[in-house]
Amino acid sequence: MASRALGSGSQPISWTRRLSNSALTIFAVVCSILVIVPLFAIFAYLVIKGIGSINWAFLTQAPKPVGETGGGMGNAIVGSGIILGVASLIGIPLGIGAGVYLAEYGRNWLGNAVRFTADVLNGIPSIVVGIAVWSLVVVTQRHFSALAGGVALGIMMIPTVSRATEEMLLLVPRTIREAAWGLGISQWRATLSVTLKTASAGVITGVMLAFARAAGETAPLLFTAFGNQFWSFNVNQPMAALPLQIFVYAISPYDDWHRLAWAGALVLIILIVGAVTAVRVVTSRGMMKGAT
Amino acid sequence: MGVGIEVRNLKAWYGNTEALHSVNMQMGANQVTALIGPSGCGKSTFVRCLNRMHETIPGTKVEGDVRIGSTDIYANGTPAVEVRRRVGMVFQKPNPFPTMSIYDNVAAGLKLNGFRNRHRLDEIVEKSLKQAALWDEVKDTLKKKSGASLSGGQQQRLCIARALAVEPEVLLMDEPASALDPISTGKIEELIDELKANYTIVIVTHNMQQAARVAGFTGFFLLGTLVEFDKTEKIFTNPSDKRTEDYITGRFG
Ligand SMILES: Nc1ncnc2c1ncn2[C@@H]1O[C@H](COP(=O)(O)OP(=O)(O)OP(=O)(O)O)[C@@H](O)[C@H]1O
Ligand SMILES: [Mg+2]
Repeated sequence: MASRALGSGSQPISWTRRLSNSALTIFAVVCSILVIVPLFAIFAYLVIKGIGSINWAFLTQAPKPVGETGGGMGNAIVGSGIILGVASLIGIPLGIGAGVYLAEYGRNWLGNAVRFTADVLNGIPSIVVGIAVWSLVVVTQRHFSALAGGVALGIMMIPTVSRATEEMLLLVPRTIREAAWGLGISQWRATLSVTLKTASAGVITGVMLAFARAAGETAPLLFTAFGNQFWSFNVNQPMAALPLQIFVYAISPYDDWHRLAWAGALVLIILIVGAVTAVRVVTSRGMMKGAT
Repeated sequence: MGVGIEVRNLKAWYGNTEALHSVNMQMGANQVTALIGPSGCGKSTFVRCLNRMHETIPGTKVEGDVRIGSTDIYANGTPAVEVRRRVGMVFQKPNPFPTMSIYDNVAAGLKLNGFRNRHRLDEIVEKSLKQAALWDEVKDTLKKKSGASLSGGQQQRLCIARALAVEPEVLLMDEPASALDPISTGKIEELIDELKANYTIVIVTHNMQQAARVAGFTGFFLLGTLVEFDKTEKIFTNPSDKRTEDYITGRFG
């Protein structure tokens, strides 16, 4: 269409240019399909393998002992919720706080040090974070706990949240900050209620990204939250978590447990997508859309 | 009520560059003062020194005295936040808070300083928007539309309403009408005329007719110095300085 419109001018577009133009378009389309296909394939495969085992018992019961059929991952679903809650309480405030510091006051050696540390932390394998938290929390407490699991996942959330917060705050133009200062609003109030609010859509995206990644982590929980075959609501006790339970079931020799592992994976994905969507909907309500 | 402004030996720097050279000026309470001069001569820098906004730019420096009423705003112990509460500012480019509603934009200065009386807040928002000649255009979408959804001219009037809502004593306006059509400009000029009953106003403008229409006094800046400051009439009909005459007769700048 566009090429025809241009071609109708005084200078017709050469066939080589038209060819390379369409070749590039096709290439781009193929690439985007190649990105989408694996995602959909994974999801479809999960649905096929897992949907058959999802029922009320699966969602509400704890696992049955080896040999008995049935049982579910109810305790792991609740456990994941609790552990992620602890992780969010640690990771989100610290991450946003660090991001605010970096964006608003971070043009000095301390800011550079924090930025560098966050990048390194982002690159550390999650199992290493698990070991670190094991030696710091589990060893001192002398037992595994959901708290330790939450600490490990919370630490993993910090770099993603802080860098996202920093980058989004830096996109807020200086004139918006000046508008707030010009009204006699104190610096910290302006930062929280104006700058951070202006950037909130992007900050929330960063938080959700970190949350979704933490929700699927297995390695940092292996020797922190440890897992639990029974119901537990005590953050000072070992606690089940979906990724852990999936891991245990997947490497077991029993077909029944393999099926439960697939169902668990499907539930995990659905819960993550559900949580992210819910946060999106709730936060976009009552917030004005505007060009930033 | 407006208060007088007294500026003595004011110098301002960006890094090592001196942008204002020892400016002296006295503006009476409830006066409208226009600042004119070619682009880059330091008008914005000057008004930004009157509410301590200049110092928010990293690497800048200010020297000299500025008194707003009886307050020496650069004295040790005078908080910048306090100064800016009393000296409102409308910026060269409209800068509404994009994620806040029209209502919240106007209420921001009060709300974020801890003002909680809902009923009073409603009244103040309405009064401010009426003063800024924006009320009729936005009264039905006050809490539904964001500040960023307005046109450029409406945004600037919103910013004026936002500045008025905190009831400052001095109002600094840096080319408030440069993004406005003639009708909105006319409204703002009327507004300035009304406001001088309660405020001391300093307005930067490139439009000399505007200066002549709204201001009792006019200052002419050139290359960071205040060349001449006098009654507007005098500046435009019989300036004492050759450079002022050249500028207003359009021989340069
Ligand atoms: N943020 C800044 N950093 C460095 N120099 C600056 C900065 N802002 C302004 N200046 C310089 O200070 C001088 C005065 O600028 P100022 O913005 O006060 O001019 P102005 O009279 O308001 O011009 P205009 O009419 O174009 O708005 C100019 O030479 C400008 O280059
Ligand atoms: Mg200017």
